[in-house]
Amino acid sequence: MTVDTVHLMTIAGMALVTLAMRLGGYVLVRYVTLRGRAAVAMEAMPVAVLTALIVPTALATGPAETIAAAITALAAWRLPLIVAVAIGTVCVVLLRMGFS
Amino acid sequence: MSSNPSFLPEFRRGFLDIAPLTLGVVPFALLFGTLAAQKGLSPLETVLMCASVYAGGAQFVSIEVWAHPVPVLAVIAATALANSRYLLMGAALRPHLRTLPLVVRLGFVGIHSDETWALALRRRKTHDLTPGYVAGLVGFFYLNWPFWCGVGAVFGGAIDDPARFGADFMFAALFIGLIRGLWQGRSSLLAICASALTAWVVHRYVSGHWYIFAGAVAGMAAAALTCRADASAQEAEA
Repeated sequence: MTVDTVHLMTIAGMALVTLAMRLGGYVLVRYVTLRGRAAVAMEAMPVAVLTALIVPTALATGPAETIAAAITALAAWRLPLIVAVAIGTVCVVLLRMGFS
Repeated sequence: MSSNPSFLPEFRRGFLDIAPLTLGVVPFALLFGTLAAQKGLSPLETVLMCASVYAGGAQFVSIEVWAHPVPVLAVIAATALANSRYLLMGAALRPHLRTLPLVVRLGFVGIHSDETWALALRRRKTHDLTPGYVAGLVGFFYLNWPFWCGVGAVFGGAIDDPARFGADFMFAALFIGLIRGLWQGRSSLLAICASALTAWVVHRYVSGHWYIFAGAVAGMAAAALTCRADASAQEAEA
């Protein structure tokens, strides 16, 4: 049960920015309303961030990861999230065996 | 529905509304604890992060960026980017909380999640929100997350060579699934294509975590620039 100082500072920073987002929208909506393209850009942000994050794994690691990512996307379209994650993980293990 | 509902029945209603989701979060919490342990966070640090940040999706993002030595600013910036939707969600809550005392209002806004946000807005379609309902909705659901993440951290740290079980790929699989949950049709597709292409180029030629920021900005720009003016106005109203 250790707590590293750098870890703790990072976690505190994460907590602060998250709280700022939660309270910020609630407070700011009294003064500003996002409309039109600005609102669309904000709504697209989570999807854009998640996509960028998986790029090194899904597109720049190897064929096993790229194929498994495509299978996961197909599975996620119809199945519950946790099932799709399980299918994708099993696929990557099998594909890595096949490609190694 | 009486005009002045008492605390306990309202608390029970909120608790029952969120109960299935409380159970549904458990496997993700175990997974998060496992991944955090693999990245070198102690169980106590994992529990502290879950209780203070309390944002599942963003925490998975931050743990993906986490490395040694810790890229502090990149982790915090990635958390902020992933949680930026709370700006919109917090804004959307404002008109629905007028019936609550100030302390309950700020408490709920400060701690709401995708799940409690959606259920509170659903409840509001038929009833005014009460302190009892909000407490029932948030109480156990809040404690549930750090608890099961801590359990995952204790047991997940014991796994040798996680790549052998594909654990390193779970992030990508999870994020693909989350994108599916956030899917909004054409604007999402364009955002994904622009983000993937930009992130791929930047990741290839620029070291560090700039590909995340570049991909995010490109995806947002693609969605904003290609939306039709009338559609965007409607989305802004929604």
